[in-house]
Amino acid sequence: MNAANPSAFPSTPAPAAVCEPVRAGCVHSIETAGMLDGPGIRQVIFLTGCPLRCLYCHNPDAMCLNHGELRGASELLVDLARRRAFLRGGGLTISGGEPLVQPGFVKALLRGAREMGLHTAIDTSGYLGARVDDELMALTDLWLLDIKSFLPATYKRVTGVDVEPTLAFARRLAALKRPMWIRFVLVPGLTDAAENIEGLAAFVAGLGSAVERVEVLPFHKMGESKWKALDLPYTLAETPPPTPEATEAARVIFRSVGLDVF
Amino acid sequence: MPLLENTVSSATSSVEKSPWRTFAAGLWNDRVNVRDFIQRNYRPYEGEGSFLNGPTERTLKLWGEIRELLARERTSPGGMLDLDTSVISSICSHPPGYIDRDNEVIVGLQTDAPLKRAFMPFGGFRMAAAAVESAGRSVDPKTAAIFKHRKTHNEGVFDAYTPEMRLCRSVGIITGLPDAYGRGRIIGDYRRVALYGTAFLVADKKEQLAQTTAAGITADLIRDREELSEQIRALAELAAMGKAHGFDLSRPAANATEAVQWTYFAYLAAVKEQNGAAMSIGRIATFLDIYIDRDLAEGTLTESAAQELVDQLVLKLRLVRFARTPEYNELFSGDPTWVTESLGGMGIDGRTLVTKNCFRFLQTLHNLGAAPEPNLTVLWSERLPVGFKEFCARTSIETSSLQYENDDLMRAYWGDDYAIACCVSAMRVGKQMQFFGARANLGKTLLYAINGGIDEIQKVQVAPPSAPIRGDVLEFEEVKAAFERMMGWLAGQYVGALNVIHYMHDKYCYERLQMALHDREILRTLACGIAGLSVAADALSAMKYARVHVIRDESGLAVDYRIEGDFPKFGNDDERVDSLARWCVETFMAKLRQQPTYRNSVATQSVLTITSNVVYGKKTGHTPDGRRAGEPFAPGANPMHGRDRHGAIASMASVASLPYQDSQDGISYTFSIIPGALGRDDLARINNLSGLLDGYFSSGGHHINVNVFDRATLEEAMAHPEKYPQLTVRVSGYAVNFVKLSREQQLDVINRTFHGSR
Repeated sequence: MNAANPSAFPSTPAPAAVCEPVRAGCVHSIETAGMLDGPGIRQVIFLTGCPLRCLYCHNPDAMCLNHGELRGASELLVDLARRRAFLRGGGLTISGGEPLVQPGFVKALLRGAREMGLHTAIDTSGYLGARVDDELMALTDLWLLDIKSFLPATYKRVTGVDVEPTLAFARRLAALKRPMWIRFVLVPGLTDAAENIEGLAAFVAGLGSAVERVEVLPFHKMGESKWKALDLPYTLAETPPPTPEATEAARVIFRSVGLDVF
Repeated sequence: MPLLENTVSSATSSVEKSPWRTFAAGLWNDRVNVRDFIQRNYRPYEGEGSFLNGPTERTLKLWGEIRELLARERTSPGGMLDLDTSVISSICSHPPGYIDRDNEVIVGLQTDAPLKRAFMPFGGFRMAAAAVESAGRSVDPKTAAIFKHRKTHNEGVFDAYTPEMRLCRSVGIITGLPDAYGRGRIIGDYRRVALYGTAFLVADKKEQLAQTTAAGITADLIRDREELSEQIRALAELAAMGKAHGFDLSRPAANATEAVQWTYFAYLAAVKEQNGAAMSIGRIATFLDIYIDRDLAEGTLTESAAQELVDQLVLKLRLVRFARTPEYNELFSGDPTWVTESLGGMGIDGRTLVTKNCFRFLQTLHNLGAAPEPNLTVLWSERLPVGFKEFCARTSIETSSLQYENDDLMRAYWGDDYAIACCVSAMRVGKQMQFFGARANLGKTLLYAINGGIDEIQKVQVAPPSAPIRGDVLEFEEVKAAFERMMGWLAGQYVGALNVIHYMHDKYCYERLQMALHDREILRTLACGIAGLSVAADALSAMKYARVHVIRDESGLAVDYRIEGDFPKFGNDDERVDSLARWCVETFMAKLRQQPTYRNSVATQSVLTITSNVVYGKKTGHTPDGRRAGEPFAPGANPMHGRDRHGAIASMASVASLPYQDSQDGISYTFSIIPGALGRDDLARINNLSGLLDGYFSSGGHHINVNVFDRATLEEAMAHPEKYPQLTVRVSGYAVNFVKLSREQQLDVINRTFHGSR
């Protein structure tokens, strides 16, 4: 599969279907002490495979499913159990890549974490939200929903895919009152147009009480070297990170519609 | 006396009041028993830090003056503001010195002026003279003349060292031995002077002396009698030093100001007499809280005045200095003194030993800014009050000045009135001391095993000749067996050298004042140590899980290695290699336990390097883990720089798996994280750091230094040291002003793994 070619995935995601837990999956890496991806201290398991081709992706080596290492869920859960003493008040976050490329594997991991009494979270673009069945929905305590942009054209430019599946998933989570943290990456000259941010803020405000917080994340270039290592074109080499003032201004827009913003 | 006006109504009225008024009576009334006094009288504090006060005007003024002196000290030759070489330092050698008498609430300096270093030659005259010379000065000829006739510790040691011990020392397989400087790591129970006064303590010691009159007097008994006589003399000198300052230390302290002053004087007497490598103060905060609490209740002290007492005590402790040589500074960088104070912990009855005064000690870092000394050490328990945990975490995040040690682990060994000497060494206060033994180089030992006892750098036979490894690929089991044999040889040389050192130190440089503040019968440990644990473990792992090809020079000596394939590395919570690290610790400890020890001391070991990991690395050739010759080892029990790749918890879990039972002198881990990686806001960062500590300690971890800053700050401080006079970093077991480290040491700190920076 060509990592830079999003057409390897269908332009609209497959319809929802009940998925069975899968005992093994493709893993990019593990961060044993993630403290930014959900409440408390969390083990973050990054999976490979992603239908999006975000220009600023900081894990481009996780785009392609078969770049990952095949790992068994039980082996990962044994490690998790051993480190459980660190995770009180925190838990397990599945990130990527796009975790919903491997929903059955995610389900197996979250089931295990649940049995240990750990809090569970999935960090997703929402693009494959239709793959989330009722059980996976119930197994997930928190959704970290990355809405890369609100304006369809901007979204497509940033990610290579359509925004609508993500918005539909957000509305579904809101209807089910499943807790979510909305994330938005502020990239100068790409996602920072006022109407893009204001539109997203209005949309998120409309999701109601299921949205616990919004995180505005300033763009950084820490992934750039990985793009080069993969021999992929990195188009944001000349883009600076947003100024602290610009980041704060974006946060103010979200705050002004009554959201809790970080 | 203006220095007392805010805190007690007058000096005379406090004398009239019985010093022990209102205290609950117990065993402590008749016999020296500080723990019993604490247990019966202290008030645990379960709340938060909201009661705390800022610094007083007097404290700020004094601190301003001290900061100017510190700035001058930094740019003085050899980093020493002034030196006294005409007077040999002892408890009463100097008249009282002051900084700013009107603003000093607690008084007393090591010499007659602040930051003027004393001349302390009994550890070794040559070293003391070399220290003076490194400051561009020379020893007063009259003083030098005395030491033509008076032998010192260092000369005694070299009279008795065997040629093999000397060789081990010169090639650097054993480094940092206290054979030319004071051994330190002895904690006098300085609280005894406040609680009892010197008269009571002298009477107690005289009674002990009277008990050593058995017929058939032996060498041991003769030594006991001489030591007790010296102890009694030292207590009299302590009282005389107090008197010179206008205080009557012969009686117990009658209020909080006196309790702080008496305790400090006892400590001051120790640091006037001993230039020990680590001169820790013990566990005084909760003890002193009892006096503060009583004065607050009696209405003779305010919270602001209580904080002033602690701030001013801490200011004095920040000024403790010793004259040391450039070689010493290379090993233990940044002018450390290890004025370690242990805070918090839990009692064996389940009550917390946290008092408001533990908060006040931490508050000094907020009131006066970050500082490496005193070396504030939190005895962490999962059951510590949440408010205290949060205040500790906040203080770490803001100042990077704290270290933490596992009280739940140590209490089982040492009870609930132990303190930390130096970095990680727990000892029951007043009931236990150690014979400090620096450390042996495990990385080099492995190379000796491969090369049949020949040093890879100096190319001389050091260990007795044994069959070298001859294969082109290192076979794990063969090398492991040879490594174990080499450890056995090294343990013999190492403990032998320590026996010589401590025999001579007792003889020529006895810590009479500190030992006067101990029980007669004490436990002595022989505190050995290892450096290069992660190098040795990773090297064994490479042999077991990859292929390590040997590159030999023309003489057949293995000088380099080429590793084919990947292998598990220590620091990733990977049992395959963590078990090898445990094997190293357990095996070397087993070898140490087989050696006869001086004064029947109990052999222990630490996995701790302080900053000597840089020097050890310099003296060690290429190692089979891929480390290049000369590269620093990781500090203490840390994974090698950059090899822990699965985040902080994996790294912590590996270190926590090392067995404390086989490393009872401590296992040091230095942890650095960038602030942003701890959480998105202050509250999350505080909770997460506290959670990491709970997780690490409940997994069996022993010690952790916590640094919260980013690499860029350090790089900026290297470029503009004048802007960062107080930037404090935790290295292995202590803290230093970053700008006082050598360039090499600074780079070593910068090259460490910073969790959260990808």
